[in-house]
Amino acid sequence: MLKAIFTNQLALGCAQAAATTVLALLVMLLARQREIHLERETVVALMRGIVQIIAVGSIFLLLLRGPAWTSVLLLAAMIVAAAATSTQRAGEMPGTFQVSLYAIAAGSGAVIALMTWAGVIDTAMTSLVPIGSMLISNAMNTNSLTLNRFRSEVESHCGLIETGLALGAAAKQTVAPYVQISFQASLIPAIDSLKSLGIVWIPGLMAGMLLSGSDPVYAAIYQFVAISMIFSASGLTALISSLLIRNHAFSPAEQLTLRPQAASSRGGSRSGSE
Amino acid sequence: MRLFLNEKICDEKQSDETKPMLETDHLSRIVSDKRLVDDITVRVQKGEILAVVGPSGSGKSSFLRLLNRLDEPTSGTVYLEGNDYRQISPRELRRRVGLVTQTPYLFPGTIADNLRFGPRQQGKDLPEETITFLLDQIGLADRANSDVANLSGGEAQRVSLARAIANSPAVLLMDEPTSALDEEAKEEVEALILQIVQQNALTCLIVSHDLAQAARIASRVMMVKAGRLEKIGSVTEVIHVESNFY
Repeated sequence: MLKAIFTNQLALGCAQAAATTVLALLVMLLARQREIHLERETVVALMRGIVQIIAVGSIFLLLLRGPAWTSVLLLAAMIVAAAATSTQRAGEMPGTFQVSLYAIAAGSGAVIALMTWAGVIDTAMTSLVPIGSMLISNAMNTNSLTLNRFRSEVESHCGLIETGLALGAAAKQTVAPYVQISFQASLIPAIDSLKSLGIVWIPGLMAGMLLSGSDPVYAAIYQFVAISMIFSASGLTALISSLLIRNHAFSPAEQLTLRPQAASSRGGSRSGSE
Repeated sequence: MRLFLNEKICDEKQSDETKPMLETDHLSRIVSDKRLVDDITVRVQKGEILAVVGPSGSGKSSFLRLLNRLDEPTSGTVYLEGNDYRQISPRELRRRVGLVTQTPYLFPGTIADNLRFGPRQQGKDLPEETITFLLDQIGLADRANSDVANLSGGEAQRVSLARAIANSPAVLLMDEPTSALDEEAKEEVEALILQIVQQNALTCLIVSHDLAQAARIASRVMMVKAGRLEKIGSVTEVIHVESNFY
């Protein structure tokens, strides 16, 4: 319908963006009827999304004419932005930016470097930046899930953790089950993506390659390659993130500092009686 | 187990009879401008049972949590057998100063798994005979392999107590260990606490809001109000005089 109305590609794009925004707002209104209030967050996310992607598209257009090393700079900037976004999602946990930065940089960076070296990712900016950003973005999501889950697991098991500490256990050992749970839970989306590939969804990369006239079988294989890389980057990120964050749950004297707000302000945990 | 503890205590007695087992020196903890514990100085002698009483929110549990360094004092310190506890590694300190909480948080698994937990942290394997002895003490003989998920509240608290004892502590801290239990279980656990503390010659601090219980168990009582040490003395001096302070 929109194609019939808009003949200019830019105008068509704007109309398509408006249509999807209206759809997202309708979903938000539906949620509101169920007393789930996501209005502010959804509107901000939509606004940020459109502004950011247009800005990146414009920068990308400029960088395509620049030297190849600029893609590394661009990816590094993306990693910093991903760490900052992930930190916001993690809430008030100490050291989360540092943990997120190390985990996302190491997780996605290692996969990008290794796969570029192996020739799986082309060094051309048009290939390296989109695929790199895909890996960084997924690493960011995994990192957020890891931190979020770790926080909620630790906060709901304060009593058990402090019982372990009170019996002389090492701080790291008392949270080991929750590190494991956080790691496993954060990888569920990446595993599901791998499992449902081609059956439940045909991802954008493959669709793009098909549209640009690539061989369908090669497009399908490369899509598998991309999803496998996402899995590796996400797995590595979750592993590093979950191992690093456990150190931030305790003070140097092995006291649990990551506690629900109410317990922290009265200086005790749920195990306390006052 | 009991023999081992008694031998240890005899050795320690020879070293210094007068040195308090536990001493707090102007101990304070302030969180967000709230004085949870305010300048408390007390001495607890070896083998003594000191009850910490006071109204709800007076800082009794906060005080107890400072003694095994689950929380950090903002000023003051604690001496364990004359040594500043900041000089002792937190893990070693917590092994020597055991804690039994109001809610018995048991680790998933069997009763024996829970008893083995503490010694395992020091790389030791708790001998089967010690497990049997401990379970016999808490009236759960032959239940070593029972899943803790199937225990009643009273049984779980008894396991929690035995688990703390399995670590061979010199001091035992108890934070309202019977307040979450029904009357019958409460009496059982209270009797058990007295028996275990006396048999193992432990130094013990027990937080309680129940004055009658404090009078039954303790040799001395300290009363805390608004984080401050209000009064310390014998049961008669503190409880019987102030019994209507609630």
